Amino acid sequence: MKDTDIKRLLYTHLLCIFSIILSVFIPSLFLENFSILETHLTWLCICSGFVTAVNLVLYLAVKPNTSSKRSSLSHKVTRFLKCCIYFLMSCFSFHVIFVLYGAPLIELALETFLFAVILSTFTTVPCLCLLGPNLKAWLRVFSRNGVTSIWENSLQMTTISSFVGAWLGALPIPLDWERPWQVWPISCTLGATFGYVAGLVVSPLWIYWNRKQLTYKNN
Amino acid sequence: MRLGSGTFATCCVAIEVLGIAVFLRGFFPAPVRSSARAEHGAEPPAPEPSAGASSNWTTLPSPLFSKVVIVLIDALRDDFVFGSKGVKFMPYTTYLVEKGASHSFVAEAKPPTVTMPRIKALMTGSLPGFVDVVRNLNSPALLEDSQNSWKRIIFYGDETWVKLFPKHFAEYDGTTSFFVSDYTEVDNNVTRHLDKVLKRGDWDMLILHYLGLDHIGHISGPNSPLIGHKLSEMDSVLMKIHTSLQSKERETPLPNLLVLCGDHGMSETGSHGASSMEEVNTPLILISSAFERKPGDIRHPKHVQQTDVAATLAIALGLPIPKDSVGSLLFPVVEGRPMREQLRFLHLNTVQLSKLLQENVPSYEKDPGFEQFKMSERLHGNWIRLYLEEKHSEVLFNLGSKVLRQYLAALKTLSLSLSTQVAQYDMYSMMVGTVVVLEVLTLLLLSVPQALHRKAELEVPLSSPGFSLLFYLVILVLSAVHVIVCTSAESSCYFCGLSWLAAGGVMVLASALLCVIVSVLTNVLVGGNTSRKNPVHPSSRWSELDLLILLGTAGHVLSLGASSFVEEEHQTWYFLVNTLCLALSQETYRNYFLGDDSEPPCGLHVEQGLDGATPAWQDGSACDALERDKGHRSPSPSQVLRGHEKWMVLASPWLILACCRLLRSLNQTGVQWAHRPDLGHWLTSSDHKAELSVLAAISLLVVFVLVQRGCSSVSKAALALGLLGVYCYRAAIGSVQFPWRPASQDISKGIIEARFVYIFVLGILFTGTKDLLKSQVIAADFKLKTVGLWEIHSGLVLLAALLFRPHNLPVLAFSLLIQTLMTKFIWKPLRHDAAEITVMHYWFGQAFFYFQGNSNNIATVDISAGFVGLDTYVEIPAVLLTAFGTYAGPVLWASHLVYFLSSETRSSSALSHACFCYALICSIPVSTYIVLVTSLRYHLFIWSVFSPKLLYEGMHLLITAAVCVFFTAMDQTRLTQS
Repeated sequence: MKDTDIKRLLYTHLLCIFSIILSVFIPSLFLENFSILETHLTWLCICSGFVTAVNLVLYLAVKPNTSSKRSSLSHKVTRFLKCCIYFLMSCFSFHVIFVLYGAPLIELALETFLFAVILSTFTTVPCLCLLGPNLKAWLRVFSRNGVTSIWENSLQMTTISSFVGAWLGALPIPLDWERPWQVWPISCTLGATFGYVAGLVVSPLWIYWNRKQLTYKNN
Repeated sequence: MRLGSGTFATCCVAIEVLGIAVFLRGFFPAPVRSSARAEHGAEPPAPEPSAGASSNWTTLPSPLFSKVVIVLIDALRDDFVFGSKGVKFMPYTTYLVEKGASHSFVAEAKPPTVTMPRIKALMTGSLPGFVDVVRNLNSPALLEDSQNSWKRIIFYGDETWVKLFPKHFAEYDGTTSFFVSDYTEVDNNVTRHLDKVLKRGDWDMLILHYLGLDHIGHISGPNSPLIGHKLSEMDSVLMKIHTSLQSKERETPLPNLLVLCGDHGMSETGSHGASSMEEVNTPLILISSAFERKPGDIRHPKHVQQTDVAATLAIALGLPIPKDSVGSLLFPVVEGRPMREQLRFLHLNTVQLSKLLQENVPSYEKDPGFEQFKMSERLHGNWIRLYLEEKHSEVLFNLGSKVLRQYLAALKTLSLSLSTQVAQYDMYSMMVGTVVVLEVLTLLLLSVPQALHRKAELEVPLSSPGFSLLFYLVILVLSAVHVIVCTSAESSCYFCGLSWLAAGGVMVLASALLCVIVSVLTNVLVGGNTSRKNPVHPSSRWSELDLLILLGTAGHVLSLGASSFVEEEHQTWYFLVNTLCLALSQETYRNYFLGDDSEPPCGLHVEQGLDGATPAWQDGSACDALERDKGHRSPSPSQVLRGHEKWMVLASPWLILACCRLLRSLNQTGVQWAHRPDLGHWLTSSDHKAELSVLAAISLLVVFVLVQRGCSSVSKAALALGLLGVYCYRAAIGSVQFPWRPASQDISKGIIEARFVYIFVLGILFTGTKDLLKSQVIAADFKLKTVGLWEIHSGLVLLAALLFRPHNLPVLAFSLLIQTLMTKFIWKPLRHDAAEITVMHYWFGQAFFYFQGNSNNIATVDISAGFVGLDTYVEIPAVLLTAFGTYAGPVLWASHLVYFLSSETRSSSALSHACFCYALICSIPVSTYIVLVTSLRYHLFIWSVFSPKLLYEGMHLLITAAVCVFFTAMDQTRLTQS
């Protein structure tokens, strides 16, 4: 592992964070009355779009996995379609989990679904970009001692921190402070976003800190 | 002395119960009372103050009204009279309120809003303590002197009154308030006397207490159409009384007074007990021809305290104000009287309040109310002197109204400072209780490594001579503190009131515990040096599940410090249980997919990071240990299980999650979302009786199918008949119906059916105990013991099925289903250790406590469970049944835990480990909570949110103690076997 790798990782992560910050400020130039809390759903869509776009661009530009040996057009198309299906399925399964956790079944279904979408954006999209629609690889990355590169290591960290952020975001809902951000699912989406950003910031630093101890099988 | 960890834990919990009892006694204040009791007899009333001149008014003023009728309607909420419902259903009352000669108020009841303390507040003006809630079921005779003396009083209505004032009524007819399903007969029993009594003139006071409205509220809530009918009925009763009183008035010199009031309100779910606006605000209407009213005089109902009624009635009847009353006179009642009389009444009231203040507050002279009282008394004296000198003048009137305002301000301040006086804590008793409980908790925590060791035994240094000096020193210090605190006695202290023997016993206990802790601590510190050389560090064996359990417990305990989290505690438990299920599903996936290369199912694996928050790869050494751990864990299940069973294992956490989600929407509990529609309300509404019947029948069937597999054939038959009896009982009391008799009119109390079920419950429990005893005699018969434990479990299930409301029967069915799923597909294949299984049982037990519809609010206790199969109120069975009905969830999970661990043969010490863990995990929240409550004792919500929770925690600890005794008994039988 080289320091340049870590530097590249850091820059890509900074770009992701930048895209989230942009998603907060750019829409207010075009849309009237835009704010994260009041027009939350719009922000969710925009943020999800931005993060997905940045991830795709980074995937095409950086190509951390140089494993694609042969690339016919049909192969690429099926791969892309598979990715889309995976993304949708992860959205739906997240939605189911939220309902099981107590989200209302019928009312606020759109809000719940958009929360599922943004959580998928933070977790499934990077996985799809990095590992492709390959469940075995996913399982390998998310099991112990399964990571083979710093990219996968940071992927693991950001994904887990997004989940933990969303989980912690649910805690203030029962409090009687009556703040606008306590409304379902705002606190959870904000928690997931903060978790994702924290993961993005922490993972390169952590890898840099532990670069002596970390050894990967393939590198 | 060597003790098994189970026995040790049971002893600890028993001592903890004692500590909590002392704490509770100190926390819940003794009510404000006057110490001048009966010995003084009839005290002469305070004479009119007069500066220099001698007043001729020294006796009590004469009554203002000749006859008083009090119509008390249980659970009459203020908007039932003043709101749109009042306009629609109570036209006569609305007319009186808006145009008639009346004064209307909104009387605010203090929590707890249950009937008995409210009657006390209305009639004696005193503020009953929180402990009176417990006595609400069985009210003892009231010693407080109320205004009921010397008058001929007739009473019809709730029996509670007769118990409260046993000798005051010249004539009475009490009705029982506990058959909640009856809402017509109770009121007819009151109204049937009305014509006769109104015709007679030989009474001074008539009290009518109508219960029907409260019963309707309990059955179907404040928006039910039945409420309208009941209100119209009450309106016609009121009209009858009012016209009769008016026609009588010509014969008597004085006017009559009609009082309409409610004892407490009704929450949006139809219950009461807490302190929401709907429960606290009740209407109070005083109707009399004495209250003149000009046309166009619109009076808006003012907010007053419920305790004001007693003082007002006493003045109105020309009686002395009760000594313990903290209320102030409702001034509009006497507004029409001459100025001198008005001042006289106000003076009597302030004198009484300031006397009460003097007796209850040591530094009463600094109280602003007392200063105001002194000043207004002086002014009053001046006014009297002027009045006696010259009769009518502008000056006199102006000065008089100034004195009046001064008096009213003084009354208000005095009344307020007396009401806050109720919130005085007995800190010494609280401290003693806290010290005992914390010592026990420390001891439990210190002995964790020893108690969870393979041998499950621990050395308790009860008689270590090295510490005897310390022991005697501590006793000496404690008794010195005791003497100092008790002799300096600023306020009354329960612990000082105890006999020397009892207090000394508690002190010996506390110091002995301290010595034991010190000696255990030294053992741990000395032993720690040797164990550190041991290469196996305990933390290296922790999985994500253990981490979740630890964090969850810590998080729950910390959340108890916030009032909203206490109100919404069910959300915490649902959240934790859901996360537990996800963690379990992650564990199953790891075990089944990482070992072998089979095709994984799609879509469901993504959540694995959601809970296992701290991945172990951060720590290399921990990771290795975990790998090793997994290495010897995982191969066995994959060999044991075949194809479909493997799929069941993978799916079962999701099935359990789905079950929990369904149960969660059954009973909407808590505060913030309590008004949301839920399945329970939908089912209990009278339109959906058929659906409810089908659901109850299906649930009972599921219960039978799930329970019968472990029973012997005799108890199988008993169980079937018992469950049939449960359905018959519910049909008899009219909550469900038989398909062949769709609209049954004859509603009974179902005594025979319920007793039929009780016989089977006792029979099954007896068979279980017999099997257990037999298994002890025939030492080798292991299977018999398992069967016996399962029979005891099924007996409890049958009892719960009888006590649960029919819409809650699915809770029982799902609880058995989840237990079966967990046992078969999670605990057995994944081989969790006893501690993990115990904590999971505890968490599910807590979640089921809330799934049943309970909350941390007194109002949700289903007292009707205490009257199943009983003709009249019998205290001991009623309390036991209510406690079991309320805590059925935790108790059933605990009994399942005992059964499960005994049926597993892998470890001989599992049961005592489990007992220790159960005791520990129950005592951590309760010990932390009493510390939190002590530090939050001046919080705004202390009475409405924190203290009901404290009662729940105390009760839960008592239940835990019972469970631990059961555990230890089972453990003992195991020990004697081996």
